[in-house]
Amino acid sequence: MSTTTLYRIERPAIDEIISLLRQQHYTVVGPALRGASIELAELRSTSDLPLGWTDEQTPARYRLVKLPVDSLFAHTVSPHSWKRYLFPPILKLFSARRTSEGFDLVNEGDGVAHPSIPNAADAAPHYALLGIRSCDLHALAVHDKVFGGGAYGDEYYRRARDRTWIIAANCTLAGGTCFCASMKTGPKASFGFDLALTEVITEQEHYFLVETGTDRGRTLLEGVNHRPAEGAEEAKGEELMQNAAHQMGRSLDTENIRQILYQSAEHPQWDIVAARCLTCGNCTLACPTCFCSTVEDVIDLGGTSAERVRKWDSCFTMDFSYIHGGSARTSVKARYRHWLTHKLASWIDQFGSSGCVGCGRCITWCPVGIDITEEYRVIRESYLTKAAASSTKEVIDGNP
Amino acid sequence: MVSDLDLTVKSGVDVGGSMLPHPYVIKQVRKETDDTFTLMLEQRSGGPKLTFAPGQFNMVYVFGIGEIPISISGDSASSVLVHTTRAVGTVTRVMARLRRGDMLGIRGPFGTPWPVQEGRGRDVVIIAGGIGLAPLRSALYEVLSQRDAFGKVVLLYGTRTPSDILFREELEQWRARFDLEVHVTVDRAQPDWRGNVGVVTTLIHKSPFDPQKTTSMICGPEIMMRFAAQELQKRGVDPDSIYLSLERNMKCGTGLCGHCQFGPYFVCKDGPVFRYSRIKDLLVKREI
Amino acid sequence: METLERILAEHPFFKDLSEPYLQLVTGCASNVRFDQDSFIFREGEEANQFYLLRQGRVALQVFAPDRGPITVETLEEGDILGWSWLIPPYNWHFDARALELTRAIALDGQCLRRKCEQDHNLGYELLKRFAHIMEQRLSSTRLQIVDMYGVRS
Repeated sequence: MSTTTLYRIERPAIDEIISLLRQQHYTVVGPALRGASIELAELRSTSDLPLGWTDEQTPARYRLVKLPVDSLFAHTVSPHSWKRYLFPPILKLFSARRTSEGFDLVNEGDGVAHPSIPNAADAAPHYALLGIRSCDLHALAVHDKVFGGGAYGDEYYRRARDRTWIIAANCTLAGGTCFCASMKTGPKASFGFDLALTEVITEQEHYFLVETGTDRGRTLLEGVNHRPAEGAEEAKGEELMQNAAHQMGRSLDTENIRQILYQSAEHPQWDIVAARCLTCGNCTLACPTCFCSTVEDVIDLGGTSAERVRKWDSCFTMDFSYIHGGSARTSVKARYRHWLTHKLASWIDQFGSSGCVGCGRCITWCPVGIDITEEYRVIRESYLTKAAASSTKEVIDGNP
Repeated sequence: MVSDLDLTVKSGVDVGGSMLPHPYVIKQVRKETDDTFTLMLEQRSGGPKLTFAPGQFNMVYVFGIGEIPISISGDSASSVLVHTTRAVGTVTRVMARLRRGDMLGIRGPFGTPWPVQEGRGRDVVIIAGGIGLAPLRSALYEVLSQRDAFGKVVLLYGTRTPSDILFREELEQWRARFDLEVHVTVDRAQPDWRGNVGVVTTLIHKSPFDPQKTTSMICGPEIMMRFAAQELQKRGVDPDSIYLSLERNMKCGTGLCGHCQFGPYFVCKDGPVFRYSRIKDLLVKREI
Repeated sequence: METLERILAEHPFFKDLSEPYLQLVTGCASNVRFDQDSFIFREGEEANQFYLLRQGRVALQVFAPDRGPITVETLEEGDILGWSWLIPPYNWHFDARALELTRAIALDGQCLRRKCEQDHNLGYELLKRFAHIMEQRLSSTRLQIVDMYGVRS
């Protein structure tokens, strides 16, 4: 039993929380029903949440199912991830204007060209992420390392991130494709939130357990109706999360994953998955940790003003690795292998943790239903079999 | 109001000083060969002075056209920024038409440099192929500026044909020095060529250096670097003392866009200079 | 003669060759010199020697009527020139021209061929060494063919 104090609030308190944040000029974003899927959008109140909807996710399949209760968070991960808020799909890096000397960068604030590198008005927004799941919180932490750490960071990300409010929602049922339990990234949010909610729906009651994670989270909670949770209520919440953990139908064993993947570059499984993969890039778009980008330089017809824009990119595109008239990775096999090896292994060398948070989006949104847990399982099992065979052989041969 | 699936262009000037180019003015343009040219640049007055180490590169921006990584090929002690490049793509073809007084944007310097000082007290073998001589020239400048600190210094340089030879006047000056051994070879001779013919790797086995006490720096096409490193190893040079400079597609130069990945390494920051022993196994894997 | 033996003994090509064989080889050796631009051998001629270059530079060339002489490779101090003396029908396949004053040790191929037929061990020792040279030349020639400096545009 955790020693953290849990509180209980009712649905109106969540509306108040949204309201309080909006008053402080935060844009509250979270899951909302849009057509046949649950996407991320601006929320003005809990009515904007996908009330009573859950999702059924399997490889290459996503459907919404209506529940007989008015749940707020009964669904799991949406097709989009939260990365779009701090790492926007399109971001203007600078504008420049031709001058008699050459060109100048333009200060966005007043539109006048300045002779020196401009320090523009702060353009990064204020977001409050409501309903973010533990796996996605881990994804945010992964991006913190990518964009915040190292010699060069992403200034836009850093500024937006510092301000971002996190109101997490613990999963009380597992998604059809997720595997956070084996990746140790959920279902319970354990860090990085201002507030974490667990929705409890029983025959008689519908309430929310709240855990505070920061001082400002605590202050926010003070401003709404709340009371300490009772033992039975806490137990119920705990039970729901345990159920979610046990419902997961897939897992990924990460032991020795770096060594296994690095030494399996020529495994026949890559050719097998390459025959299925369309290199459509859906996985990279849906993935909450993929961070590759490209830049585009555009110029107006008169040749007087130019802009550089950063856009999301995918390692699956043909010219991602283009150099000297050809690409370093042209075959589908090479591109898929790069993506998976990077996500599960190289990432650890680069950033100190796995790039995969077990959210399952890549499995759901792959048009041909490629399941990375399955692909890796095949590679892992044959690697271990071969390793066992060669060590057995050595014993028989009498070699150490 | 933030609309759903907000795809409007967010504006983030000062997204990071590292993504904003600094203005540099072309002081001189020199045509080296048919398709290769050298630009000598100086920062616009009042701008920050760029200090770099040999082997590093800048992201060079042509207004409205695009940006590419180019190795620095000048003397790190000089205030003039020098870039030598080949006109092979959209950006470099426009760059090839620029003249004295034109402006370029510079971001950098980026990347892991040549370990020139590791050669102190040892023989230094520099092996260049084609335009690979450009980033190695900076390293050679540094070695020559402290010549006494190094043992034998050897430059082996190979190009496709004699008309592709870069920095001819300098090569002659270097060849004339008694404290520098220079050997040039071409893959394909032209009728009046009386020098060596054969790939640059053939120059290695008879070159006068002590394999046990040698630091080698290699730059050129990847095939050439791989075979040259192997030849050095055959002669007994430790793979820990051999360095290669790799090239991959780059959009940011700062390890954020993901394009330059080579196995787990970002060529823009873990490289472009790599110790051979570190990447030996990756180099022979296809499409990695 | 003694000087020749020492030079041959110290050359990497004859490394580890037993003393009696070394003497035998020395018996077939002589100092030669080629003026700048002179031909050491020409395509089609009988191949009865091979050379150990001691100074200078030699171009292996092939002549095309429309293009003139094309140098495919150059050899210099320390290199071994010529192996066609070992392989029937014992004819040179290329021209070898001295690009500058060149000094070499010439080894009598006819004499050595006879001795190799009599003593196969000697034959094996020489063939082993030539196989190594051929492998190196083939490898570098292949890199030349790859045209590694070319750029696909």
